[in-house]
Amino acid sequence: MKTNKDNLNLLGWTCPRPLQNYPTIVMGHGAGGLMMADLIEHLFAPAFDNEWLAQMGDATVLDNVFLDIPNSSLAFTTDSFVVTPLFFPGGNIGELAVYGTVNDLAMRGAKPLYLSAGFILEEGLPMETLGNIVVAMAQACKKVGVKIAAGDTKVVQKGHGDGIYINTSGLGSIPTGVDIGPGNARPGDALLVSGTMGDHGIAIMSVREGLTFQTEIQSDTAPLNGLVEAMVAAGKIHCLRDATRGGLAAVLNELAGSSKVGIEFDERKVPLRPEVNAACEMLGLDPLYVANEGKLVALVPGEAAEQVLAAMHQHEYGKDAAIIGRVVTQHPGLVTAKTSIGGMRVVDVPAGELLPRIC
Amino acid sequence: MKFIDEYRDADLTHKLLADIQKTVTRPWTLMEVCGGQTHSIIKSGLDQMLPPEINLIHGPGCPVCVTPLELVDKAIALASRPDVIFTSYGDMLRVPGSRRDLFDVKAAGGDVRIVYSPLDALKIAQNNPQKTVIFFAIGFETTAPANAMAVLQARAQNLSNFAVLVSHVTVPAAIIALMDSPDVLVGGFLAAGHVCTVMGFWEYEPLAKKYHIPIVVTGFEPVDIAHGILDCVHELEAGTYHVRNAYARSVTREGNRSAQTVIRKVFEMTDRAWRGIGIIPMSGYRLRDEFAAFDAEQRFPEVQSIETLESPLCISGLVLQGRKKPSECPAFGKECTPQMPLGATMVSSEGACAAYYRYGRYQPTYENK
Repeated sequence: MKTNKDNLNLLGWTCPRPLQNYPTIVMGHGAGGLMMADLIEHLFAPAFDNEWLAQMGDATVLDNVFLDIPNSSLAFTTDSFVVTPLFFPGGNIGELAVYGTVNDLAMRGAKPLYLSAGFILEEGLPMETLGNIVVAMAQACKKVGVKIAAGDTKVVQKGHGDGIYINTSGLGSIPTGVDIGPGNARPGDALLVSGTMGDHGIAIMSVREGLTFQTEIQSDTAPLNGLVEAMVAAGKIHCLRDATRGGLAAVLNELAGSSKVGIEFDERKVPLRPEVNAACEMLGLDPLYVANEGKLVALVPGEAAEQVLAAMHQHEYGKDAAIIGRVVTQHPGLVTAKTSIGGMRVVDVPAGELLPRIC
Repeated sequence: MKFIDEYRDADLTHKLLADIQKTVTRPWTLMEVCGGQTHSIIKSGLDQMLPPEINLIHGPGCPVCVTPLELVDKAIALASRPDVIFTSYGDMLRVPGSRRDLFDVKAAGGDVRIVYSPLDALKIAQNNPQKTVIFFAIGFETTAPANAMAVLQARAQNLSNFAVLVSHVTVPAAIIALMDSPDVLVGGFLAAGHVCTVMGFWEYEPLAKKYHIPIVVTGFEPVDIAHGILDCVHELEAGTYHVRNAYARSVTREGNRSAQTVIRKVFEMTDRAWRGIGIIPMSGYRLRDEFAAFDAEQRFPEVQSIETLESPLCISGLVLQGRKKPSECPAFGKECTPQMPLGATMVSSEGACAAYYRYGRYQPTYENK
């Protein structure tokens, strides 16, 4: 498990009071007084170190930052992160909170610029855990090239939260000429996925109480903005979605609904890790419905598909990309799959929580 | 995946389908007993690839679907208690009770947890000595050995805060009930491979003989199911009614003796109510008296008297008996969907209605068919 322990140096950030006096979060850390100021000064500010956060105003002023990109549009999004456990094979809530919002921006073709970060901390959260999460977020920001420009911290009483919840909002700029949106799919478009499906969901399930099973599966948590940039440079893109909750099935249904088209794909072409496939068999789950945190689904004009695919293969997060299906005029709003034996089935929206089957 | 992929092989399936086509000369109605088979048939699209003479109807073998409403309401009452941690297989949580489901209980503050095995529930009991941990022990002969084992282990460990809410049912009794009903539709059965893995298939031999009906032990992958159908059609066309084993890689005539011993040690046969069907005599298991201390119904006797209220629209009983197809229900896809299920057959992914809704609504009319 990755804990960032080696990178954490509380002593390096802090004056003796109060972080050392309090090995865990207490209500005072959210009370707006000295303790909160210390938390910001000695933990958040040094970790996220940038000139915008350093303004320390009630709001951050982002003056003149968009002038260098004339005619660009602004993309804006928000997402909240409530994952249990906080650290899981292949990632943690901190990385998720950065990459999740970055990926939402990237799915409109936007270059991620700024994030805000809201922390809801539960009384009793070990300071070391918070430190590890904040360090992970700072490293994730660095990897993406995005700045956390505004933040907030609240503390709730013990028993009122799962240790930590994080909300991030993001601002990004969309270059002129890029028009990627859920309603843009056209019949004839090719359906591409950027890699293996279901890794994140199975990694998380493998460590939850009651469902623990032995596996080497790692979450696919990753930023997709670089991959999208490479795809946009290679050819025209109609739609992009990151296949998070609800997996591939939910995203395809949303795209079919928004664009009022039918989508069909071949189950056999969907990239799957053998371990994920085996875990799904054992748990009675359909991998098409299992969550991802570093995979995207793209609909691109048929004639651009091969170029875009080639560009994806060149990128570290698109090595296993594949063309798995197409957009059709038939059955608008409905997603169908060719099955392993050459039959056909409707791939419906998941009803709610994924429920393991009994036997 | 070894031992799975070869049984999803398209070429092999098509070869078996061609053999079925060659063998069949007139219409036959077959019932696949197990919900797992229904799920696989619809998910693979096998039903659309069969010759039109073969009519598959879906049997009562979905454990979630046949768990009686009364037991679901009891589970809800128990799970609502502050001194209880209620544990269950995942797909029982969304089964509608008379007024609400276990998800509602969880949202209202009840401690309801999904587990994969009753042994995980035992672990929770060890870690929470101040609470009573109840496991919802449902299912056919398949899940009975693990549930029985959990009770034996709880007794061996003196785990006094562990209890089970038992609603076990058995396949042969359901076949008898179906065959004894006045308007029998079924010409042959595909018996449930997992149940037979535990119990063997000797129990079915007198049934085949008595009702003059072929019974083929069948697995769960498309190739297995096509194989089972082919064997059954061979019997029907020849006018014979043997018990055949089309799942020999897992099933023997005697079954798993040690699993049967564990079941007999903990459970005894009893009359059971099946949701949508009614009481079938000697069709299930209950805890033997010596294990009464682990019986959740005895530990909390106040749940004994519960009034149930079934949706008047739901025809899941007819669906479970193969008398109606899900799509023939007027509420199907309208008042009743997986989001707002009126009956349990719409909840479990093994339930015929849910399987139809999820995979079968769109009938292809274009070249891909």
